[in-house]
Amino acid sequence: MSIELKNIAKTYDNKNWILKDINTKIETGEFFAIVGPSGCGKSTLLRMIAGLIPISSGDLQIDNRSVINLPPRERNLTMVFQDYALFPFLDVEANVGFGLKARKMPELKIKKRVAHALELVDLTALKTRKPRELSGGQRQRVALARAIASDAKICLMDEPLSNLDAQLRGKMRSEIRELQQRLGLTLIYVTHDQIEAMTMADRIMVLNNQQVQQVGSPLDIYQHPSNSFVGTFFGTPQMNILKAHCPHTHNQQLIIDPFLTFQSPLDLPAGDYFVGVRPVDFDLTTHVTRTNAFVRSVEYLGNEFIIYIKLDDSAEIRVVTSEKIDLNSNERVLIRPKNKFFIFDHSGKTISFMKGVQNNGRTSKQETQAIIQ
Amino acid sequence: MLNITEQSKKELWLRYIVLTILAAIILIPFLIGFWTSLLPTEDISKGSLWSTHISLDNYVTAFTQTPIIRYLLNSFIISLLTMLSQLFFCSTSAYAFVFLKFKGRNLLFYAFLATMMLPFEAEVIPNFTTVRNLNLLNHYSVMIIPFLTSAFGTFMLRQSFLQIPGELKEAADIEGLSHWKIYARIVLPYSRISLYTLAAYSFLTSWNQYLWPMLTTFSDNFRPVQDGLRQLQSQESFNNWGMIQASAAIVVIPTLVVLFFGQHFFKNGLNEGALK
Repeated sequence: MSIELKNIAKTYDNKNWILKDINTKIETGEFFAIVGPSGCGKSTLLRMIAGLIPISSGDLQIDNRSVINLPPRERNLTMVFQDYALFPFLDVEANVGFGLKARKMPELKIKKRVAHALELVDLTALKTRKPRELSGGQRQRVALARAIASDAKICLMDEPLSNLDAQLRGKMRSEIRELQQRLGLTLIYVTHDQIEAMTMADRIMVLNNQQVQQVGSPLDIYQHPSNSFVGTFFGTPQMNILKAHCPHTHNQQLIIDPFLTFQSPLDLPAGDYFVGVRPVDFDLTTHVTRTNAFVRSVEYLGNEFIIYIKLDDSAEIRVVTSEKIDLNSNERVLIRPKNKFFIFDHSGKTISFMKGVQNNGRTSKQETQAIIQ
Repeated sequence: MLNITEQSKKELWLRYIVLTILAAIILIPFLIGFWTSLLPTEDISKGSLWSTHISLDNYVTAFTQTPIIRYLLNSFIISLLTMLSQLFFCSTSAYAFVFLKFKGRNLLFYAFLATMMLPFEAEVIPNFTTVRNLNLLNHYSVMIIPFLTSAFGTFMLRQSFLQIPGELKEAADIEGLSHWKIYARIVLPYSRISLYTLAAYSFLTSWNQYLWPMLTTFSDNFRPVQDGLRQLQSQESFNNWGMIQASAAIVVIPTLVVLFFGQHFFKNGLNEGALK
């Protein structure tokens, strides 16, 4: 079942907008992640889709039918909550069958569906236990089973893994992804964790400042972020953002220091710019006489190093390298770009990017002019 | 290190001594009362508490020669009905205060709370006039109707309902449960400890009523136990203290039963596992 969001907006007091202009179409069977920092309105958006919170303006269509005036029950969807929302006084079996019973499904059919769902999440042996007798991971599985048992084809998940430890989270990530594909669910998954969004989703919606920043596939979002927020939100360690000034119009070069210069594929009008460089896209040279930075600290992660470096113009950057290096704090080094970078305008919007030899054209010259003006 | 353990040992001793003294202060009147209920009245009047004439005669007399069984029945009916109606009305009004959004909800709740500040004695006269005009005097209903609901019970259940995680309500909304179903299937089971507490509290409060029944009942047919006990004292030409003590002991038994079995439910942790 497809879901279409048209100009959806939310306000509680008719003055401050919590969400504005949300537009997208989620296709049947798609794993759609909504990601953003905490407080960006992503849970609110999910609850509006579920029908738990009224939509202030705009339209929501499920299978090309407006559902804006339908109560949650008639939208035919299930939801998995951050804190699982299990009923403590019911055992696992009754918890999983709760929604089916509420929808007055015949007893025998409920039993069959519940048994099947419990089998899928590997909890059959624990079906008579109460939630308090289960571990965190098992409770999470009960919540999943409840969604599986339902015959709704749309499933909403609100940060379902945020209470699990890192190891379990990794395991559940692939399990949820596998279940979603096996059952052909249309899944809307809210998370603040960019890694979850990147690894699980078919498409990602990035929310910040009440608005959609970008909608696209994980690859697209990583390689062509639409602005500096998206650029820094995805990827660990974060993308470095360097401030640059372009003194005259028709300049193609942004100079941070004599060694750190960035050649823009487009003519740039005079003004302030930001250059975004991912930590892996810096070249670090040691033991040279001419240097432009010094090492602050080094973190060793087994297969790579994260090196915190302070440039002489006082900007701090992170550099990741997998080469075996021996660095001391305060050692002088030379930092040069590898020719893979993004150029953002003063408001953070992407106006160009360079990927090695290939350059872009995502934003045309005319558009660039328009943005600047 | 040694000093610290000695210090804490001393403290522990001190604590137990204080607790023992307090327990004795509370328990001794009970024990004396129970003990004297086993003694003949002559011995009690003579003040010889260490008598050896122990028997259950007083209990037999109480049951056979006084209307105590009738009193017990009256009290039981009144307390049970009061308890049930309070459980129902307090829980439904608390549900409204927590889960329904309506204009003036908070104002209404504060008005509710304000009635708690008013001592019962202040309401006695207007209440009495009302029930007399309704021709309810000397009947069970006069002891039940003014206590059908209680502001305290509503307040207590509201606090308990507020603890119910919002996600449980949302999960129920997704499945389309009506308010009555949410009330019956989620809110009541989730808050059952508070409900047990309120049940015990309202049963015992009703059981121990004295002033109101004294004003409104005139016959043994409707008189509850506490007033019945008083009645036993003044009816006899001489006070049969042994028998009165035995009756008092009988009257206390339901209180002890409620508290004893209630204890089991008043433990925490039954709602663990709803979240996380």
